Amino acid sequence: MTEVRDVLIIGSGPAGLTAAIYTARANLRPLVLEGEPSSTSDQPGGQLMLTTDVENYPGFVDGIQGPELMAAFRAQAARFGADFLTVRATKVDFSARPFRVWVGDDEYLGRAVIVSTGARSRMLGLDSERRLLGRGLSTCATCDGFFFSGQSIAVIGGGDSALEEALFLTRFGEKVTVIHRRDTLRASKIMQERAFKNDKIEFLWDSIVTDFVGDGHLSGVKVRNVRSGEESVIEVGGAFVAIGHIPNTAIFKGQLDMDEAGYVLTGEGTRTNVEGVFACGDVQDHVYRQAVTAAGSGCMAAIDAERWLETQPHEQHIVGTPREW
Amino acid sequence: MAQGIDVLTGTTFDEEVASSGVPLVVDFWAEWCGPCRMVTPVLEAIAAEHSGKIRIAKLNVDDAPDVARRYEIMSIPTLLVFQDGIPKKRLIGAKGKAQLTSELQEFLA
Repeated sequence: MTEVRDVLIIGSGPAGLTAAIYTARANLRPLVLEGEPSSTSDQPGGQLMLTTDVENYPGFVDGIQGPELMAAFRAQAARFGADFLTVRATKVDFSARPFRVWVGDDEYLGRAVIVSTGARSRMLGLDSERRLLGRGLSTCATCDGFFFSGQSIAVIGGGDSALEEALFLTRFGEKVTVIHRRDTLRASKIMQERAFKNDKIEFLWDSIVTDFVGDGHLSGVKVRNVRSGEESVIEVGGAFVAIGHIPNTAIFKGQLDMDEAGYVLTGEGTRTNVEGVFACGDVQDHVYRQAVTAAGSGCMAAIDAERWLETQPHEQHIVGTPREW
Repeated sequence: MAQGIDVLTGTTFDEEVASSGVPLVVDFWAEWCGPCRMVTPVLEAIAAEHSGKIRIAKLNVDDAPDVARRYEIMSIPTLLVFQDGIPKKRLIGAKGKAQLTSELQEFLA
């Protein structure tokens, strides 16, 4: 019979890995289903795997590289005995206990589950997007900016991610045009100031992208001004989509309560509507969405899970060897 | 160095591609690319499981930008599968082992 783990953690960004550190230190031997390699920000390590300099994670005076930070989180969790599987959960059943999580035909059982599957980049949903993704169109400036040296580049979006990408891309591009559907930005003040000050960055306001143009590879972005209705094509070598995120919650539909955008609803800390299932990080947060808030909520989920497990009958509890601290 | 994965350079690329007796998968990558790092263990596992049928190699695009340009690489990781020196298949983006193995199936038979 499949072993019943005290804690299954689904997802391995700052939230999931912090939950892993805390539950491992509490001797709950968490099993982390960390996800599979991907280029769409739902990969092991989460969204920070697609970033370079993280300047706002406390404790790193000079900043740290996103992938490096996540490697450290993971190593810290492993040090305390967390187990990792590089697989993506495909199905769950939270209607009975122990809870069941599947990866294809393989089944994993947990007395408690911590959901930390995060969010991935939202796309525009255009046919041309699929065709040109990786061929001039990208969702990862740090991966692909390099290939557009000396060219004109477009960034679509008006939030922090969009401006971060735009600023990063000025290292490579001759000109970076930020295309935004409104005439004000949603991004933080510090990012706005940096972007407005940068000579290479231009803004195209009140404009929505209606198509990506190109044969084999991207050659331009078709935009429509929402005020005048006027359509035009901007010639660019590369375009980066940064229009926000959607939570990775498809496998939980019908089992966990969600808001209309698909974010898992939590209350009393990190509790979901299913007793014994907790959620942390961006999968349940569309407001703060920071590495440090995700890590903080991962810690909360671990403590909530630990306390909840203590109230449960222990027949299935697999006692680990006490650890010496 | 990654196990079972050969390292190509701008100088050796053409000859290695032309002379490979089995399908050669070239992973275009760079140090600064997070998803590229995730693909390395996947490629190692595939190389180990299918040794003799397929060869896997990496090319650092920072060191060989001209080769990357020649093959119109615009996103990394990109895998190009060469057979008899000709690029037969292009796989863009990081993928897990099961998906990558299935996309390479025609070359593993």
